[in-house]
Amino acid sequence: MFKLAKYVWYDILRSKVVIAYTAFLLTVSMSLFQLEADSGKALLSLLNIILLIVPLVSIIFATIHYYNSYEFIELMLSQPVSRTRILLSEYVGTAGSLTAAFLLGVGIPVLIYQPTATGMALLFTGSMLTIITCSLAFLVSVKAREKARGIGAALLCWFYFALLYDGLLLLLIFTFSDYPLEKVTLLLTSLNPIDLARIFLMLQLDISALMGYTGATYKVFFGSGWGLLYTAVILLAWAMIPLWMAIRRFRRKDL
Amino acid sequence: MIRIEHLHKRFSKLAVLTDVSASFRAGQVIALIGPNGSGKTTLIKSILGMVKPSAGQIYFNDQPIGEQFEYRRQIGYMPQIGRYPDHMKISQVMAMMQNIRNQPAAAIDEDLYLAYDIAAIAHKPMHSLSGGTRQKISAILAFMFRPEVLILDEPTAGLDPLASEILRNKILVEKQRGRLILITSHILNDLDELATDILYLHEGQVKCYDTLPNILQQTGQAKLSKAIAALMQAQSHSPAKMQNGQCTTKTVSHV
Repeated sequence: MFKLAKYVWYDILRSKVVIAYTAFLLTVSMSLFQLEADSGKALLSLLNIILLIVPLVSIIFATIHYYNSYEFIELMLSQPVSRTRILLSEYVGTAGSLTAAFLLGVGIPVLIYQPTATGMALLFTGSMLTIITCSLAFLVSVKAREKARGIGAALLCWFYFALLYDGLLLLLIFTFSDYPLEKVTLLLTSLNPIDLARIFLMLQLDISALMGYTGATYKVFFGSGWGLLYTAVILLAWAMIPLWMAIRRFRRKDL
Repeated sequence: MIRIEHLHKRFSKLAVLTDVSASFRAGQVIALIGPNGSGKTTLIKSILGMVKPSAGQIYFNDQPIGEQFEYRRQIGYMPQIGRYPDHMKISQVMAMMQNIRNQPAAAIDEDLYLAYDIAAIAHKPMHSLSGGTRQKISAILAFMFRPEVLILDEPTAGLDPLASEILRNKILVEKQRGRLILITSHILNDLDELATDILYLHEGQVKCYDTLPNILQQTGQAKLSKAIAALMQAQSHSPAKMQNGQCTTKTVSHV
């Protein structure tokens, strides 16, 4: 398995995009911690970057990488290698290097300035978001034959999860504000990994007191060990299911 | 060695292969002939498992290939257009293939590598290579692991006369060793002394599959190129007169 992933890894390192991404994350995190006297506040600013930039970069990079390694995939197909192994190697190579970039770029500053449970939660959700968006990117790329279309679909995916879904959810809550919606919204946030990550992280920070009664209900749930477990399981499902669907599709595809 | 049973393949609405059945034994050199778009490459890709059949089955040593991949260890494939990871050097591609096949260095066939003097240009990256040089690399890779079955899609297209002659001689050597060889080519003179059998495809159907001497006799021609021209003509004039597997050219004799 890792024999093939190693070649994917080389390829990604050579392109230097991942290295630039690491440097970018490192610079931003370092300067945020330097600028804010209160490192908790810095963490909050960092949170917004993680929730927007990390998924965006990961999904676009993974999609472009998939199309760029088409030659490699084609070459492997005529060899005694299973299709599942080919795609998984691509995935491990891509998601692995992006996660490494994140852990280096954000992990080091967090370990220096904020080595708390909250900091760890941030690193955990950031890494999960990276591998989730990679799965989504692979699903999109396997389904779309053309590169331009694939990248477009990946961007739409990001728009939907990072921006649009929130608006829709807000609209729903507003429309049905007469009903007790805490449980429903909890369920609905699980349908969006970025939202789930946001709420999970917000509640690790102290600002959840600002979120009123709903915030309090969330706090009870997400503050507990069960909340952590729940978040982890749902995020893991978000990583596994699209990847599984991509592999299924890839195995039946004409290449 | 390879048996194809009622293979159908359609790309959305377009039927590319219709009820193709044939079986290939070791020692045969089969020339796959047919006009552009007659389904030759699709047939080859189906055997390699790159294209998934819509119906029908392909057996390799009496095992249905399905989603198997180990059988490809016994196949050397030279694609029509060899595409390789752009940034890799020739030497890296060679090393990678050996690493993936995991075969001892002693088992490597270096004849073509030496004949084409690739060592002198091994440091060049793939993207800098001309079409002909790429073809040479494809040829070397196809023969490298001494496979039992060789599948060559337009092997001499783009090669200079000298390189082309070297490849022909190599194919002849492998023929003597009793390999099963499948070749498609539009340069019929190439196939004259190589082929033992002719499989003629037209619009995705096997119009004729017979030994070369039989075909020459039936068409009353001395050379393969003339015989094929006669077959093609007969085909375009009255397709109905050509029965499956029967290489009759009655219409031609009238002309």
